Formats: sequence, C-alpha cells, structure tokens
Amino acid sequence: MTATHVETSSPAAREKASREKAKNSLLYLDGVSVSFDGFKALRSLSLVIEPGEMRAIIGPNGAGKTTMMDVITGKTKPDEGDVYFAGDTDLTRMDEASIASLGIGRKFQKPTVFESHTVWNNIDLALAGVRGPFATLFHRTSLRETARIEEILDIIRLADKKEWLAANLSHGQKQWLEIGMLLAQEPQLLLVDEPVAGMTDAETRETAALLREIAKTKSVVVVEHDMSFVRELDVKVTVLHQGSVLSEGTLDAVSADPTVIEVYLGR
Amino acid sequence: MITAFIFRALDRNTYIVLGLLLAVGILLPLLSLTDPSFPLHVPTYVIALIGKYLCYALLALSVDLVWGYCGILSLGHAAFFALGGYAMGMYLMRQIGARGVYANPILPDFMVFLNWNELPWFWYGFDHFWFAAIMIIAVPGLLAFVFGWFAFRSRVTGVYLSIITQAMTYALLLAFFRNDMGFGGNNGLTDFKDILGFNIQAPATRGVLFFASALALALGFLICRAVIASKFGKVLIAVRDAESRTRFIGYRVEGYKLVVFVLSAMMAGVAGSLYVPQIGIINPGEFAPANSIEAVIWVAVGGRGTLIGPIVGALLVNFGKTWFTSGVLAEYWLFVLGALFVAVTLFLPKGVVGTLLARAKARPTSTSAPAAVSPIEASIAAEEGA
Ligand SMILES: Nc1ncnc2c1ncn2[C@@H]1O[C@H](COP(=O)(O)OP(=O)(O)O)[C@@H](O)[C@H]1O
Ligand SMILES: [Mg+2]
Repeated sequence: MTATHVETSSPAAREKASREKAKNSLLYLDGVSVSFDGFKALRSLSLVIEPGEMRAIIGPNGAGKTTMMDVITGKTKPDEGDVYFAGDTDLTRMDEASIASLGIGRKFQKPTVFESHTVWNNIDLALAGVRGPFATLFHRTSLRETARIEEILDIIRLADKKEWLAANLSHGQKQWLEIGMLLAQEPQLLLVDEPVAGMTDAETRETAALLREIAKTKSVVVVEHDMSFVRELDVKVTVLHQGSVLSEGTLDAVSADPTVIEVYLGR
Repeated sequence: MITAFIFRALDRNTYIVLGLLLAVGILLPLLSLTDPSFPLHVPTYVIALIGKYLCYALLALSVDLVWGYCGILSLGHAAFFALGGYAMGMYLMRQIGARGVYANPILPDFMVFLNWNELPWFWYGFDHFWFAAIMIIAVPGLLAFVFGWFAFRSRVTGVYLSIITQAMTYALLLAFFRNDMGFGGNNGLTDFKDILGFNIQAPATRGVLFFASALALALGFLICRAVIASKFGKVLIAVRDAESRTRFIGYRVEGYKLVVFVLSAMMAGVAGSLYVPQIGIINPGEFAPANSIEAVIWVAVGGRGTLIGPIVGALLVNFGKTWFTSGVLAEYWLFVLGALFVAVTLFLPKGVVGTLLARAKARPTSTSAPAAVSPIEASIAAEEGA
C-alpha cells in the first residue's frame, strides 16, 4: 500500500452540497439506512420531494416503503443518513408528535381510526389546533372549527354518517375517514400508505380523484401496489427494491426499465 | 372557564348519580341519629360499613378514569389510597396529643416506644388539618407524577406497566413495615381520638364523615364526567384505542397519561383519607398488591369506561364480600373473587352497568344499529379483532 486513495470531494464538501440540495426541497432523504436485528430494511435510501409535488412510490412487498414512512414520521430512527423537512428541519431528532405538528400527516397501511369515537369526533381530534393536555381540557369547539369539520366530512363523503361510530364503517369508508383526518391536520406533506388496498374498483377511482384534488394544494407521497391506481394518479414514480431506489421517472419509463421488469417479473 | 368545564358534564345521568349520592349521604346519617325504636332507624355499624364502601367506590372511580378511558391498567392504585390514608392518619395521631398511653404531648406513642426524642421532620405540620388536607392530595399526586414521568416517557405500556405498578405498591408495603420509617411500622397508626376537635367515635361525627365520603364521591364523579366530556377526554379514548395514531396526529401522549394518572392518584388519596377515620386504623397492609387488584375487579364487575360502573361494582362486590366473609365460607373469599373476575371477563366483558347501558341504548334505536354500539363495546370488539 504505497498510495493513499484520494476522495474526489471531502466529506465536508459533500455535506455542504447535500445541504444545498436539501434547502430547496420539501422532503429530503439522503443515505438513510435502517436495520432490524441485522436485516437491512433500508439501504442508503435517497429521495427528494419538491414543494407541491405528488409522488407515487411502488415496490414489491418488503421493499421498505412502510419503513421509509416510519423514518420520516419519527417512529423509527435511522441508523445513518439525513432526513430534512422544508430545507433545514432535521426530522431524525424529533418525536412523532412534533413532526406531526410541523405539518407532516400520515395515513397508515392498515386503516387506523379511533373505533370507539364517532366519525365527527375522529375528524375533530385530527383538526389542526390545540394539542396540549391543559388546552384540550378547557377547549370549546368554535364555529369555524365546526364549519371546517362539516367541509371535510363532505369531501370524504361521510357527512350523513357523522354520528356513526368509526368501528361500524366499511373498510373503504375507514380509509376515507383516515384521509379526512389527514386533511383536518392541514399538513404540508401527506404520506399515504396503500390507500386503496381492499377497495372496490369504483372506490379506487374515487380515491385517486380525491388524492389528485388534495395534491392541488399539498405535497403528497403515495405508496401503492395497484398499478391501475398509480396510472390514474399520473405522477412521477419511484420504484423501491430491497431498501433503496431502483428506478425513478414516469410510470411508462419505469415500466420499461429492465431492472424493474427483472424485479417484478423475474421471480 | 371552570364553570363551562363543569357545565359540560351535566347530563341527565350525572344529575341522577349526584342526586342519589347526596340523598344517601344526607338521609342515612340522619336516620342513624334517630331513636333506635324508630322504624327507619339505621344502626351505626351500617353507617360505618357503607361509609367504607363509598371510599372504595371513589377508589374504583379513580381506577376507571385511567384504565377505562386511557387504557392504563394500574395495579398499584391502593398505594395512592394508602398514602392519602397515612396523611390523614398522621393528622389524627397529632390530634391525640397528651392523651396517649405515654402521655407525650408531641410524640405519638409508637415513637416514645421506639425511644425517639423528637418528631421526625416529615411529621411537621400534620398538627394542622389544612396541612394534612394538602398532603392528602399532594403526596399521592407527587408519587404518581414521578412514577408516571419515567414510565410514560419511556413508553412502558400494557402488562409491563401493570407489573411495575404492582412493584411500586409492594416496595411501599415493605418500606412502611419498617419501624425506622417513622410511620408506626407493622401496627401503623391507630387509637385516634378526635378529628377537628370532635370525638371520632361519636355518632354525629361518623354521620358527617359518611356525608363527606358521599360528597367526595359525588365531586369525583362530576370531575371525571367533566374530564371525559372535554376534548381532553376524547384524546384519552383515542390513546386507549390507537396510541401511536394519536401521536401521529400530534398529541404528546405521555403528557395526557401523566395528567390523568396524577388526577386519578389524587382522587384515590382523598378516598383513603376518608376511609381511615371511619375504619380507625391505617397500616402497611393497605399497600398489599392484592388490594389494588381487588379495586380493578370492582371496576371490571361494574363496567369499565362507564364511570357509574365502578361505583356500582365497588358496592356490589363489597356487599358480597361482607356477606360472604361473615359466614363459614369466609376463607374461600379470594377464590370467589378470582372466579368472579374470570366469569365477568368471559361472560360480561362490559360489566354489569356496561351491559345494561348497551341494552338501554340498543332498544330505542335498533333500526339504526350502527350508532347504537357503546364506545366500550366498540373498543372491546376492536381488541378482539386485533
Ligand atoms: N419492526 C420491524 N422489525 C423487524 N423487521 C421489520 C420491522 N419493520 C419492517 N421490517 C422488515 O423490513 C422489511 C421492509 O418492510 P416494510 O417497510 O413494511 O415493507 P413494505 O411496506 O415495502 O412492504 C420487511 O422485510 C419487514 O419484514
Ligand atoms: Mg407496507
């Protein structure tokens, strides 16, 4: 070993360059790795979402899509890598509640609504506003809040079921209720995990329309398996495989990518 | 702000419960003061017995607030009850003054017996009722705060939390057994004479203590109702149903758990403080882990997450206990209690009151079934489905 390898750019310079890139993006993931008992769920994953963008993430089961959302929302801390929101907010140092308050909302893969609350109360709880225990103890729902809840109930088509307990909704209705709760939070960025799993074709189409409507004013990241749904969304697609990005581009472009075909068809 | 907070609690059921409690709290003591020949005369021992049950009911209510609404299965609430009881006991000991066996005007008998020369610092102030009254609430509240601060921040939940609450009460049991702790050791605090200058044995004093217990239970019920009716209460139920979902909406769950746990511990402390003067003794046995488990069984029998359920459950089970343990089968009571718990869990998961409420709701609205399911029913269904 006579010669030492010379890096083309020093780590400090690379860090500076990545900071530059992070500054203009809404969500910025760089070199994120997560392992569970030695199993690497995410391997140096990098992803950039621009303000106002809607992005579809596809990938086979176990590709790490849900784990990626866990990292963004503070449920899982990455072993290494950077996660920045709105330029310079380091999400890896924050807990779930403060990340949510920043304006990142999440819909889970398995619909999780508050089963023993009414549809109305589910939205009310999600509504942007008071969060502290003493504030909620003495809070009185304002007329403005009531109007906003009604508005959201209309958007998600559950206005006539507002007194129903969420437990009694159908699977598709629960998914919508959860999207409604997401809207109520008034987030800048919505993370939506497999919204149409278990939905009928008609429900799937309506959900796509609903998300496109939402994406007019907010940034949205949608994880989905259903290709017809992704086609319906008509946005840039990122293909995840074994914890890192395999391909990125329009749906037609990634569908034609041989490595993607290999992953989807080769087994 | 506070009035609006309380007003929200006042629905028809709340009026009924408050009315009943106050009626019982006033009528029974009055009837106990009548001449024994009066047909409706209530013997003093009945007042003592039911007064004790009312304190148990308040303890059960405090358990329901954390378990039924926030999913925190505390198996250590008897510790808060006992601490409230000890705070009251310390006041009552100081009231004895020089009338003790050793006639020491400052030191309680057990300290003289242990050859102590001066009052330990933590007994200072307990000669004043107002000081004791503050401690009755502050000490259980502080313990709950410190315990909850660590447990909830490190996200200890479920059965692990239940186990450490048991460990907490057991550790206190061992500590209070020690003579050098300064709380009377094994024998605890007893031989009380006066409370606020009135003879603690006198029927009129007993009547007032009984009324105070009913009033405390009524106030506890009203506060719980107000808490549950607020948005804070909705968050509690959300935490019970789907804790991590609640975090992702932006609520700091540990803060909510801490507030409700401290409030509940304070209620349990008040219950213990009213229990001690009516029973006449407080000893480390009150910290026994089994006591906390019994309180949970009262709540399960009555119906958790209903607020009325724990009151009914505490009364029912304790009437049963008194009846059962006065007979020849007394030593089998614990088996009966265990069997009761299993039976309720299997056949009456909503408890007595929960089942009745669900029935009453289901009947008039049976055509619009979906809304008829009670919250607790839905949560149980959700748990079973998970
Ligand atoms: N908490 C966990 N513990 C262990 N392994 C996990 C955990 N969460 C996810 N994994 C594993 O990580 C991989 C990626 O999972 P996930 O992100 O859920 O994939 P996707 O959502 O793309 O289907 C899977 O192999 C899964 O088994
Ligand atoms: Mg997934």
